[in-house]
Amino acid sequence: MHAMPSEVIQLSGHIIDSLILPKVLDEIMDLNGTFEILEMTVGKRKTDPSIARLRIQAGTQRQLALILKRLSRLGALPLHLKDVHLVRAPRDGVFPANFYSTTNLSTDVRFRGKWRRVERIEMDCGIVVHPGGGRAVCTPVASVRKSDWVVCGAEGVKVTPLERARQAQVFQFMGSAVSSEKPKLQLIQRLAQEMRAVRRAGQKILVVAGPAVVHTGSGPYLERLIRGGYVHVLFAGNGLATHDIESALYGTSLGIRLDRGEPVKDGHDHHMRAINTIRSAGSIRQAVRRGILKRGIMHACITHRVPFVLCGSIRDDGPLPDVITDVVEAQSAMRQHIPDVGMALMIASTLHSIATGNMLPATVKTVCVDINPAVVTKLSDRGTFQGIGIVSDTESFLRELTRALRL
Amino acid sequence: MTVAPRPSSPAPAFLMCRPTYYTIAYEINPWMSVKRQAHTARANAQWTRLYQTLTRQLGARVSLLPPTPGLPDLVFTANAGLMAQRVFIRSNFRYPQRQHEEPVIERYARERGWRLIRLAARYDFEGEGDALWLGETLIVGFRFRSDAPVHEELAHILARRVLPVELADRRFYHLDTCFCPLDRRTVLWFPKAFDRYGRRVIERFADHLIDVTEADAMRFVCNAIVVGQSIVMQQGASDALRRRLAGRGFRVYAVDLSEFLKAGGSAKCLVLTLNRSRAMSEA
Repeated sequence: MHAMPSEVIQLSGHIIDSLILPKVLDEIMDLNGTFEILEMTVGKRKTDPSIARLRIQAGTQRQLALILKRLSRLGALPLHLKDVHLVRAPRDGVFPANFYSTTNLSTDVRFRGKWRRVERIEMDCGIVVHPGGGRAVCTPVASVRKSDWVVCGAEGVKVTPLERARQAQVFQFMGSAVSSEKPKLQLIQRLAQEMRAVRRAGQKILVVAGPAVVHTGSGPYLERLIRGGYVHVLFAGNGLATHDIESALYGTSLGIRLDRGEPVKDGHDHHMRAINTIRSAGSIRQAVRRGILKRGIMHACITHRVPFVLCGSIRDDGPLPDVITDVVEAQSAMRQHIPDVGMALMIASTLHSIATGNMLPATVKTVCVDINPAVVTKLSDRGTFQGIGIVSDTESFLRELTRALRL
Repeated sequence: MTVAPRPSSPAPAFLMCRPTYYTIAYEINPWMSVKRQAHTARANAQWTRLYQTLTRQLGARVSLLPPTPGLPDLVFTANAGLMAQRVFIRSNFRYPQRQHEEPVIERYARERGWRLIRLAARYDFEGEGDALWLGETLIVGFRFRSDAPVHEELAHILARRVLPVELADRRFYHLDTCFCPLDRRTVLWFPKAFDRYGRRVIERFADHLIDVTEADAMRFVCNAIVVGQSIVMQQGASDALRRRLAGRGFRVYAVDLSEFLKAGGSAKCLVLTLNRSRAMSEA
């Protein structure tokens, strides 16, 4: 999936009555380009001007340049002929008033007459330009420092939409529509192929997992994925790690025997004992090293050198010493792992999935698995462009996935 | 018979410039060839004849822009700018040869006390040569001498609908060489001079269209001056065209302007309208 050369142009005036707009559209098509009308304001009275903003795409840069040249004659000019407008951040953690808020699409800024790709793009951030080297870096509001140069307004900012791939891939095939009616086994087969492809391409697979993975008894499948080399980074909360460790130490999850599904006497305090054990060891890594923790998801992460980020929340028990309780710090720890992620698998987790989805560039393929269609829909609606939603029980999904990957 | 302007409407007013320094000094349109020089004395006589037709026969008031040495095309005052609603929008000439006319025109406008408007410099616009009123809509020709985007600024200044139409034939490089509104609803035009979008726009906004043949168009019959029901145009128009115009109640005043055709101009190019609504019939 690569970005097609594109440019946003604006056309204004009496462009409807004069047929300039239809003419522009015809010329784009005659030159084998495609267009998308981003904005169209039609004058109310006959003397009012109309404004159209179009995104034009072409197969090659040359073709695009040709189209733009033709259109400039008709008064359709690219919006991006000017440099970005930079304003200094007034304080640490504060953007200037008119800051440009990012999308998760590949973005370039024009600075000193040159286009520069914005590094680490994610949605809902600002863009800080370092005037020295001209680097442009996507920066969350909490990370901006006083006097950083921040991009303001949309001038000189170019966002490149994703090209629709020509052959049907699983992510196009399913689109982002969510349904429990879809043929899951086939979908999981194709997903497995995609995971192999991502791995072959040297990209990382990120898994975001909620505690239900453990509660439903699918922990061993996730463990197998980790041991099989299909997980390169894990994001979770205190819950997943705690119940995983609880099950490793006591065979229960929230006091329920995972093998029999029955409650254990005094099992309700197992998770607290698990937390206390790890706290006493100092960290999960220490517990593994000392032989206290011998199995489970977290164990697999440590032994297979899969980095994980555990983020805290207000309802956490403990928490485990590895849990980062400052959310801003946790976000930035997560961000460290985003570069090179090619696919994100979000399983039975709402908040962590949304947090992760927000950080991912649109080029990352995301798979959201949840038993609740609302969660899947919610994530798909957050501008995760290449997302597929699978409404499924976690256990059967992971079981079928490990089977498809022959693990 | 002379058709006098209606008693109620003041005399139509035009700006003209004597062809004292008129010559073919450069080639900026397919009609011009420095090898085919204009005959100065004949040009002067033809211009005077036009001037007299307007002032004596049609009762027009004609102001004179003083000719300037080295500016042979200053005689084509239609390109100086666009006079509308008491503002004078000065042209941005496309070719450097004619850009030297801009300060001369500007000085004259100031002396006359006109409210002068300069357009944003980045777009070319050659005045009434490329901008003609069809009722309350201004039609602007673009491609060879004016730029399409200029229409937006014009619309803003004039608070009128301004429709850019693309010219398609290099020989008819200005709108006024192939398009001539005769009244609020009738247009004399050479359709092939426009691209298909331009043709559709004009067909939609003009109720009556009088197509001219290529032979007539090449005589620059569309480059005509309209005063009420009178049309001043290059002599030699076909009988068919003359009959059609007569049938619509127009009277043709034929003048010989062959010396100016050598520079790609004719009657209309030689005048700039100073009071539009009076020059054009409200019929």
